Amino acid sequence: MANYYSEEIKFQLDHPLMKRIVELKERNYADKDQYDYAPQNYEDAIDSYDRVLDLAGDISANTIAANAEDVDAEGPHCENGRVRYASKTYENLDTTTKAGLNGVTMPRRYGGLNFPCTPYTAINEMIATADAGFENIWSLQDCIETLYEFGSEDQRQRFVPRVCKGATMSMDLTEPDAGSDLQSVMLKATYDEKEDCWRLNGCKRFITNGDSDIHLVLARSEEGTKDGRGLSMFIYDKNQGGVDVRRIENKLGIHGSPTCELVYKNAKAELCGDRKLGLIKYVMALMNGARLGIAAQSVGISQAAYNEALAYAKDRKQFGQAIINFPAVYEMLATMKAKLDAGRSLLYMTARYVDIYKCLEDIARERKLTPEERQELKKYSRMADAFTPLAKGTNSEYANQNSYDSIQIHGGSGYMLEYACQRLYRDARITSIYEGTTQLQVVAAIRYITNGTYLNILREFENESVSAEVQPLFDRAKALADKLEACMATVKEAQSQELQDLASRHLYDITANAMMAHLITLDASRAPQLFGRSAEVFLNLAEAEVAKNEKFISSLSVEQIANYRQA
Amino acid sequence: MSLNIVVLAKQVPDTRNVGPDAMTPEGTINRAALPAVFNPEDLNALEQALRLKEQFPGSKISVLTMGLPKSAEVIREALYRGADEGYVVTDRPLGGADTLATSYTLSQAIKKIGKFDIILGGRQAIDGDTAQVGPQIAEKLGLTQVTYAEEIISLSPEDKKIVIKRHIDGGVETVEAPLPLVVTVNGSAAPCRPRNAKRLMKYKNATAKAERTPEQNETLASLIETKPYLDITQWGAADIEADPNQIGKAGSPTNVKAIKNIVFKAKESRTLTSSDEDIDNLIVELLNEKIIG
Repeated sequence: MANYYSEEIKFQLDHPLMKRIVELKERNYADKDQYDYAPQNYEDAIDSYDRVLDLAGDISANTIAANAEDVDAEGPHCENGRVRYASKTYENLDTTTKAGLNGVTMPRRYGGLNFPCTPYTAINEMIATADAGFENIWSLQDCIETLYEFGSEDQRQRFVPRVCKGATMSMDLTEPDAGSDLQSVMLKATYDEKEDCWRLNGCKRFITNGDSDIHLVLARSEEGTKDGRGLSMFIYDKNQGGVDVRRIENKLGIHGSPTCELVYKNAKAELCGDRKLGLIKYVMALMNGARLGIAAQSVGISQAAYNEALAYAKDRKQFGQAIINFPAVYEMLATMKAKLDAGRSLLYMTARYVDIYKCLEDIARERKLTPEERQELKKYSRMADAFTPLAKGTNSEYANQNSYDSIQIHGGSGYMLEYACQRLYRDARITSIYEGTTQLQVVAAIRYITNGTYLNILREFENESVSAEVQPLFDRAKALADKLEACMATVKEAQSQELQDLASRHLYDITANAMMAHLITLDASRAPQLFGRSAEVFLNLAEAEVAKNEKFISSLSVEQIANYRQA
Repeated sequence: MSLNIVVLAKQVPDTRNVGPDAMTPEGTINRAALPAVFNPEDLNALEQALRLKEQFPGSKISVLTMGLPKSAEVIREALYRGADEGYVVTDRPLGGADTLATSYTLSQAIKKIGKFDIILGGRQAIDGDTAQVGPQIAEKLGLTQVTYAEEIISLSPEDKKIVIKRHIDGGVETVEAPLPLVVTVNGSAAPCRPRNAKRLMKYKNATAKAERTPEQNETLASLIETKPYLDITQWGAADIEADPNQIGKAGSPTNVKAIKNIVFKAKESRTLTSSDEDIDNLIVELLNEKIIG
C-alpha cells in the first residue's frame, strides 16, 4: 500500500528541539493517567506521532489522492445559499473525521489529540500532496487555535469539542475593497441590546470554505472608525443562520476548495476576545498560523510534483532509453528534490519555533512563567515571526517552480489534462498569492533582515558541529551568510528607503538561500544517506542564486530607481 | 438494545500484489515479498459490525482469529478501527488445519466467548479462496447463515430479525433471517473505515502473550497491570476444549493433489434448487470432477 509518510518527513520528528517541545506540550506528561491515549514519556509521545503520521500518510495516499482527480473535475456548487462540495470531498471528510484527524493540536480535555504543531504540519503536508484543494478545507481546523487562545473558557467549551469531532471552520477576512489591506474591512458589527448579542451585516469575498460550521469573522465594531483599530473578531455559528453564500468563484486551481462570496443579513454572532483587537492582535495570530499552513501546503505540492515527474521520467522512453538518463532531465529532478528537501527543512524549523513559543504562551495562561521561560518565550516567538514569512514565501515559490518543471519533464503529455502534473501546476499558483503574497512576505521579513535577526540566527547555526564529510558544505554555507552581511551593508550605504525596497526581494532571496544552505547541511550531517546528495545539489544552486542577487544589488544605485518606475 | 457481535478475521499473505518474487525457488510462499495483511473481506465484515454498533450503542464487538502468534496483528488493526476486544487462538497442535478443522476450532472458540447475536466474517480469504469456513461454522453451531451479504438493511433485536441485501449473480437479493446467525460479507460491501488516531495510540501496545518478546514482557508488565485491555486474550487448544482429533493436521481430511493455474474464461453460474435430486446430481458431478472425494 502506498503511504506518503516518508523517511524525510519522519526525520523531522527526530530533531533535538523535539524533546523540549514535547515536554512543554505534555506538561511533563500530566495527562498520562487521565487519558488512555496520552503518552507516558518522550519516547512514547514520539512513537504515537509516528503511528498517527503513518495513518495520515495512508489515508492521504490511498483515499484523498485517489479522489483528487474527481474532486478537481466536479468542484463544489452553490445551491440555495449553501455550498455542496464535490461528492468525493464528503468521502474525504468522512475518512479524516473517522480517522480522528481533527482538533489535532487541541488539548485532550476538549477532545483533541494534543499534538504539537510539528506533527500537525506533517499531516498537513501529506494531505496537500494528495489534494491541495482538500487540504484547504481540512487545515482550516487550525483557526480553532485562535479561538482557543483568545476566546473565553465558555467559548472554548462550546466550540473546541465540535471542531475535534469534525466541524469545519473558515476565517472571514477579505472583502471586495479589503484584500491585502485588511484595515479597510467594512463588514458592520452592531450590538443588539435586546438580544444581548452582536449582529453582522455586509459582505465578504474570497472566503475559503465559506459555508463552514464555525466562522471567525473580522468586522467593524466601532462606528465611525476607518482603520484597523476599529475592528473586532467575532464567532459566527452556522447553526444560528443569517449568512448565505451568494456565489462560488470559478478558479484556476484548488477546485475542491469552495471560495465563497458571503452575505451577512443581521447574522447573530459573539465577540471573541476584546473589542478593537480583532486585526491588530487576533488576525495577526490567525494569519501567522495560516501562513505556516500554506508553507506546508506548498511543500506538499512540491513533493507531488516531484513524485509525478520522477515516475514519468523513469517510465518514458525516448531515443531507446528512459529519459531520466539524460542530464537535462536528471538535473531538473535533482534540483526539484534539493528545493523540496531544503524548503521542507525550513518549514519544520519554523514549526518547531512556533511550537516552543505557543506552548510557553499556553503555560503562561495556567501559571506565571519563570524568568528563564520568559526569556525562552521571547526568543522563540521572535524566531517564529522571522521564519514564518521566509518559509511561506520560499516554499510557495518552490511549489510553483517544481510544478512548472514537473510539466516540463512530462513534455507534450504534461500539457494535456490527463496527467496529474497540470492539476499541481494550477493548484500551486495560489500558494504565492493567498495569506499574503510573496511580496508581502518580503515586507514581513525585511525588518528581520535589516536589524540582523537572520544573520544572528545564521551565526548561531555556525556554532553547531557537523560531520567531517559535510564540513566543506558548511563552510560554503557560512560564506553565503558573509555575502548576506556584505549585501546588507551595500544597501544601507545607499541611505535610500526606496532603494532598500527595490532590493528587498533580492535580500530576501539571499537570506532564504543562506538559511536553507545551513539547514540542509545540518540535516545532511545528521542523516547523510537521506540528505547528503540534496545538500550538495542545493549548495550549488544556492551559491548561484546568491551570486545573481548579489550582482543585482551591487549594480543598483539611487540614480537607477527612475528606470524602474512605470508611468 | 445492544448486541453482542463476533467478527471472524484472518491474517493472510497479501496475494493482491503478487510480484515475480512471490514464491521461493523451493515453491513455498516468500513471506518477505508478501506482507501479512488483514483479509480484505474480513474488513468489510468488520465495517458492518461497526455500523451495527453505531446503530445500537453499547454493543460489543469481539474479534476472533486463529493463526500464528503474530496474527494478533489483525486484532490490533480491528481495535484501532473500533472493535472492543479480541481473541487469538494459537497453539502448535492447531497448525496445518484445513477449512473443516478451522471451522471446528473457531466454533469451539465462539462457544467459549459465549453470548452472541450475530457472527460476521468475510466471504472468503484471499489465500485459499474457499469460502467454506463461515458456512461450516454456521453448521457446527446450528445457526442460520446468510452468505454474500452486501449490506445489513435493518436489524430488530426485539423481534430477533435481520434483513440483509445479498450480492448474487445478476443482481441483488434481500432476505430476512432470524438471530442469532452467521453472515459472510462480500467484497462489494462498504469498505472498512480507517484506523482512528486516538484508538491507535490507546491500543498500540495491545499484544497477545505469545507474540511478546521477553523484553516486551518486562516493559509492558506494569502497563498491562493498569490497562488490562492491552493484554489480548490468547487461547490454546485446551482452553477451547477442542477434541485433538478434530484440530490441526489430524482434523484435516483435505489433501492437496496438485496446484494448477486456472484462468476463468467466463463468469457463469448455475442455479440449483434445494431438491434432493439437484443436490445428488451436484455431488455426483463434483465427485466425477474430483473436486470432492
